[in-house]
Amino acid sequence: MLSSSLRRAAPALFAISAAAAIGGPAPAATPATVTIGNFTFGPAALTVPTGTTVTWINADDTPHTVVAGETHAFRSKALDTDERFSFTFNRPGTYAYFCSLHPHMIGKIVVKAP
Amino acid sequence: MVSTRRRVLECMGWAGAGLVWTVNGGVAEAARLGAGGRPKTPVTPFTFVQVSDSHIGFNKAPNPDARATFREAVAKIRALPEQPAFILHTGDVSQLSKPAEFDDADQILKEAGAPVFHVPGEHDMLDEGQGRAFLDRYGQGTLGDGWRSFDARGVHFVGLVNVKDLQAGGMGHLGEAQLAWLKQDLAGLSSSTPLVVYTHIPLWTIYADWGWGTDDSLQALALMRRFGSVTVLNGHVHQIIAKVEGHIAFQTARSTAFPQPAPGQAAAPGPLKIPAGQLRDALGVRTLTVRPGAHPLALADTTLAV
Repeated sequence: MLSSSLRRAAPALFAISAAAAIGGPAPAATPATVTIGNFTFGPAALTVPTGTTVTWINADDTPHTVVAGETHAFRSKALDTDERFSFTFNRPGTYAYFCSLHPHMIGKIVVKAP
Repeated sequence: MVSTRRRVLECMGWAGAGLVWTVNGGVAEAARLGAGGRPKTPVTPFTFVQVSDSHIGFNKAPNPDARATFREAVAKIRALPEQPAFILHTGDVSQLSKPAEFDDADQILKEAGAPVFHVPGEHDMLDEGQGRAFLDRYGQGTLGDGWRSFDARGVHFVGLVNVKDLQAGGMGHLGEAQLAWLKQDLAGLSSSTPLVVYTHIPLWTIYADWGWGTDDSLQALALMRRFGSVTVLNGHVHQIIAKVEGHIAFQTARSTAFPQPAPGQAAAPGPLKIPAGQLRDALGVRTLTVRPGAHPLALADTTLAV
């Protein structure tokens, strides 16, 4: 249910941009990226509007995971070098997360209503 | 703790036979002749081997083939003058917990011709079941998440798991259930029984910024402090670091796959990209020799280069 978020995001983006072309709701939030490098999430704290798809990319030589803390909102599989994981944040809130292999690696996504 | 029956026997022993002083496993103890309690097997000499962090499946700088260096490590074991009674693998058997990685590791290690006792590293917890695959394969005879103890020729061995259900912001973790088991496991042992504890992540904090420690290790160490000889073996940091604290000797081992930077000497942990010609100087296996009354255990770390 988590791994397919990128695939699910594609038709959704298409639908929204079509709606925007005929004067519908505001365009979809710009996708955001978190780069995993040197055993850190960069940026460690990221604020995005509701509806944003965040993609984590592992730039390290070591596998990492992206696992939500108390919210249990998302859990990636192990990301090897250059692998990525995406999640679309449809509800406002603060999502603390960490790497389950290297739990000293922590980050958070703050999702705000636009 | 001591049963009334045992107390009675001890008193009878004291009254009837006096004391015999022995020095064993670093502890001078007065053994009351005729004392009851758990019979203690005398320590008889033997050797065993520690290998660690084989990371089968790793194929990046500085080691394009972690299988090849693991094979070389096994060849080192086969060439030992005295064959080990068994092998301890202190985790990160695999790079990504893939069945083929575990298969290859098993195939290679089988060539050593000795029984192997495993504890998992965090790289072995990456299957869908978060460690189920490792436990299905190596967990026979273990309890809980894969911990176990066994006795070999008078030495008590304890394998601990500190990579399961790690918590955000933390380091390695043993957990209440394992600590309760450990307390029970050690309770009946004489303090002169040599202990060898093996696990993946260090049981003392080598470098917190890199997570090189175990959150609740002090609770485990408190249970071990009464013993005269405790040797704690681990991997995870891919280099030799030793520390002695009272009767507890901490010993981290080399990897057979790649070295990591010294604590704090790089922006982050991870594979240290050394030149190909230096790789085998940084990888190795460890032989430990048990001798009656000797503490700490005699260690011989051999690199793949020699």
